[in-house]
Amino acid sequence: MLGLGDFWVSLVFALMIASVALCLAYGIARWNKDGGPGRKELAEEKRWGREEKKIQRKL
Amino acid sequence: MNMIVFTTAVLLYLLVVVYLGYRGYRETKTAADYLLAGRDVHPLVMSLSYGSTFISTSAIVGFGGAAAVYGMGLLYLTFLNIFFGIFIAFVFFGKRTRRMGLNLNAHTFPEFLGNRFNSRFLQGASGLIIFIFMPLYAGVVLMGGAQFVAQAFGIPYNTALFFFTAIIGIYVIMGGLKGVMYTDAFQGLLMLLGMTFLLVFTYVKLGGVIDAHRALTAMKDLVPPPLAAKGHNGWTSFPPFGTENWWVLTTSIILGVGIGVLAQPQLVVRFMTVKSDRDLNRAVPAGGFFIFMMTGVAFIVGALSNVYFVNNPAFGKIAFLAAGKNVDNIIPLYITSALPHWFTAVFMITLLAAAMSTLSSQFHVAGTAAGRDVWEKWIKGKGGTILITKVGILVSITAAFLLAWALPNFFEEGTAIIARGTAIFFGLCATAFLPMFIGSLYSRSINKTAAVSGFIAGFSVALFMTLFIHTKESAPLLLCNALFGKASLALGSKWEFVDPLVVALPVSALTTLLANNFGKRLPPKHVENCFEGIR
Repeated sequence: MLGLGDFWVSLVFALMIASVALCLAYGIARWNKDGGPGRKELAEEKRWGREEKKIQRKL
Repeated sequence: MNMIVFTTAVLLYLLVVVYLGYRGYRETKTAADYLLAGRDVHPLVMSLSYGSTFISTSAIVGFGGAAAVYGMGLLYLTFLNIFFGIFIAFVFFGKRTRRMGLNLNAHTFPEFLGNRFNSRFLQGASGLIIFIFMPLYAGVVLMGGAQFVAQAFGIPYNTALFFFTAIIGIYVIMGGLKGVMYTDAFQGLLMLLGMTFLLVFTYVKLGGVIDAHRALTAMKDLVPPPLAAKGHNGWTSFPPFGTENWWVLTTSIILGVGIGVLAQPQLVVRFMTVKSDRDLNRAVPAGGFFIFMMTGVAFIVGALSNVYFVNNPAFGKIAFLAAGKNVDNIIPLYITSALPHWFTAVFMITLLAAAMSTLSSQFHVAGTAAGRDVWEKWIKGKGGTILITKVGILVSITAAFLLAWALPNFFEEGTAIIARGTAIFFGLCATAFLPMFIGSLYSRSINKTAAVSGFIAGFSVALFMTLFIHTKESAPLLLCNALFGKASLALGSKWEFVDPLVVALPVSALTTLLANNFGKRLPPKHVENCFEGIR
């Protein structure tokens, strides 16, 4: 295949291309899945905001 | 190469890097900003940063050169890098790490392990391993980068090393992980550009994809007899099972770096820098494509450079011989002799970017390990997190600098020097961390005894084999010779070729499994908290 010498190297070319295709397909198929930032993330963000303000006041 | 054009290009590149480092500095207010880039990095920035940290100059030059010697069999490493290093890592490790890291309020990889198993020892000892061994990996990357700078500007190696280290040091210490990731993303884009051109140009020059491969396949008889005796049967064939080359390829290179990537602290920490699982999904395509364009292209071009060198009357011999038997010289020689002059400048910047993006993350993770994990959490030392992390980074940069300065005095040319430091660090991380890391993400019943036992067993076996058995490391590390008067305790047997990871990882995994039958279970409330939001 593709002018390559043996089965194992031909196989790895195929595996390599297939794995890139898998990454592309996965990302596209799940682009909007699994939700955005959850409750915990938003709460955490608020906590950081408060912490930041505290530090700035200190400075 | 026009020196003025090249110098201008490098200066422009450095200006952008310094600006991005400065932006990181401006946007860093809290410890979470400094350690985790505020946990709100854009998925594209995250994936480019992950990829460019993963791929150093050695992956392109060192391993590209190794592909010129061993052939395209090395592409199994690329496949493993994409499949395990990106797909499995992001989908099966990344999402859980991100959520659990948040549940545990972890800011570093050792802190993740320590909090998960309620063990200060685990956090401190993991941090200590990273802090001690990272300079070895960073030192080797630093060495590669400084050699290029020295060659490019025609300045002494030591001067190049000093300025190169200083520039990276400044933006890492100032900008924290935000600075590191912004610069990584920019450097990743430059690397993509450089490698795309390299691939296209090589195939066009050699008459197209299939013709180029056929020409390389037809060169089977040019394999030097000493290499053929070790099982080398052409650059487009895999060595026969059981031969020395088969062992070298499968264990050392493929397993050593392919699987080791899953437990790399500087990569794992990036999963905790994005805001949601959705962002991780979005980072997968760019990550996979990026790795293919880096190691895939380097190995293909490295192997194909043989066709160029043999067909070019100025050389008339295979790449290994054309480069004076110096594996690390093959890719640079190919670039300077086969590609247009202007590309040399582009490629130099590509390599500079590859080295700097890896180094910045190495320094950052070693510094956080020393400051946050060892000093602040394990020893309960005093000081603000950001300040002590900055001191930690400074210490690890100094250690890496000293190694990069000293290593060239110990190693002789002719071996794939650059590949060793990487393999040692990847191997130690995989054996010490991987079994308990998988357990921490997927098992609710794994306990502290299991984690600590597997960690100690895996690390000890890997270290012992690195120092005393695996000749590739034990010989240059000199300890075995100093104590026992020989390069390896297994000299003359097959064991001296077997990568430490192949033995130490199963030992670590088995010990973890067995030890899980002893010791107390973690409190159910703690386990519930760890797995909150994880199905």
